[in-house]
Amino acid sequence: MSTQSGTWRARLVVILPYAWLLAFFLVPFLIVLKISLSQTALAQPPYEPLFDLGAGWQGLKDFIAGLSFENYQRLVTDSLYLDSYLRSLTVAALSTLMLLLAGFPIAYALTRMPRRIQPMLVIMVILPFWTSFLIRVYAWINILQRDGLLNQTLLALGIADEPVAWLASDTAIYIGMVYSYLPFMVLPIYATLEKLDESLLEAAADLGCPPWKAFWLVTIPLALPGVAAGVLLCFIPIVGEFVIPDLLGGSDQLMIGQVMWTEFFSNLDWPAASAVAVVLLCLLIVPIVIYQQMQLRTLEGSR
Amino acid sequence: MRRGASWFSIAAIGLGLAFLYLPIAILVIYSFNASRLVTVWAGWSTRWYVELFHDQAMLDAAWISLRVGLLSATVATILGTLAALALVRMGRFRGRLLFSGMIYAPLILPEVITGLSLLLLFVAASIDRGFWTIVIAHITLTVGFVTVIVQARLLGFDRSIEEAAMDLGAPPVKTFFTITLPLIAPAVAAGWMLAFALSLDDLVIASFTTGPGATTLPIRIYSEVRLGVKPEINAICTIMVAVVAIGVIAASLLSKLRGEDRPAMPVPGAI
Repeated sequence: MSTQSGTWRARLVVILPYAWLLAFFLVPFLIVLKISLSQTALAQPPYEPLFDLGAGWQGLKDFIAGLSFENYQRLVTDSLYLDSYLRSLTVAALSTLMLLLAGFPIAYALTRMPRRIQPMLVIMVILPFWTSFLIRVYAWINILQRDGLLNQTLLALGIADEPVAWLASDTAIYIGMVYSYLPFMVLPIYATLEKLDESLLEAAADLGCPPWKAFWLVTIPLALPGVAAGVLLCFIPIVGEFVIPDLLGGSDQLMIGQVMWTEFFSNLDWPAASAVAVVLLCLLIVPIVIYQQMQLRTLEGSR
Repeated sequence: MRRGASWFSIAAIGLGLAFLYLPIAILVIYSFNASRLVTVWAGWSTRWYVELFHDQAMLDAAWISLRVGLLSATVATILGTLAALALVRMGRFRGRLLFSGMIYAPLILPEVITGLSLLLLFVAASIDRGFWTIVIAHITLTVGFVTVIVQARLLGFDRSIEEAAMDLGAPPVKTFFTITLPLIAPAVAAGWMLAFALSLDDLVIASFTTGPGATTLPIRIYSEVRLGVKPEINAICTIMVAVVAIGVIAASLLSKLRGEDRPAMPVPGAI
């Protein structure tokens, strides 16, 4: 498998996964881009123009002449789309902030636990990540619905006089987001804090630095790579989240993932759905590239 | 700093774990509720499990999901392991940046984008949607996860054993199967498990790429959940949670028996 044995077998190691990802990851994006410049049609597939390979050069010219930016114009002019993009970014930013506020103390506390039981506790944090996303969201419907456990408890304790409408609200969305993404925030921060050199903190203490100040001046700055990884791992997917807002949120304000879903499945407007996807990808491309650079550095910097 | 469990640490972890586990615990308990009304406790019963086993549509969906998961996880593990070898061992080959970009992007890309783009590919190539298109989509989704886990393992072990084998005249392929593969086996297994779990879990991408006759378990559960909470759904969810819990606990016990100190972390960025 080494470089000097540049045989066909060694090349196959690269070529197989490379070809797969080109065919099923990159090419599909080019198709999305193309269809976002098409128009809906009452046909199968429901868009035009279609690229006719058989028509040769003339076919290509006709095809290019048929492309239009109409879908993108609609995205800018129709406030439905703008509102949804803004809402998605807001929900993602707020959720990520809450996740950080909840996740950092848990990650920090994990590193303070006796070494012996740390791996077990880490597995306990990971375990829910392995169970179905859908099940975890569904579990909250059980609790938050009108006659669910939360309202029953609140009524029994006399905190509320009548059932509170928890479901179909922003509160429910935020609960669902924090619940579903918590392991993604805790684990990267824990992984960074765990590697933190304790002697730095001892040195700070020896030099008369109070613990809270050492935490602020030593622990926090050294935890930043983990925090950044956690923030990106939560923020990027939450912007495009569909299941959580669909099952827990209300129907008056939609997140962009829901808009895309509706355009596609209900309105059968494939070009519009494609345009929404292209713009969403453009919004996320900067955080995705930053995340990839960090991923490359952690994995390949450790050699 | 002293390493001790202060009241703060215990409270933070206790609250965190309670938050993570309480909703699932409630779900499990209520799956044994005798009442059809999900909110009224009427004593213990296994009637929803019995009803579940008579729900042919649900059983069919589970069978499809199982087959999609087994197939896609296996192919994704092979491709993902190859990709990890390429990234770690092949040095700087042409197009490496694009390659690593395509590996890591699906890990965080919103599923709606991946799902839509794959669907449009299948339509453009006039491939009939159904079982196989879901398998292809899930392979594409999970390859990157396998790669990241195997890559971390490959970077973590001593290369000199491999070099020794090659110096003694073992051909690269033989070296891989006798030296490298046994060393990275735990990561390959963890990658397979994660790919399987992700496939079993996926709703969004499967919804885009499915066709007539290929309703996976999440698609089926989702269509039921949209109509409200049902005790049968609690029961199927409990079974899925139990399967995953047993799998993960068995895997971590196994890795403990093999004397590995770190559990494989299935979350990218946490390795």
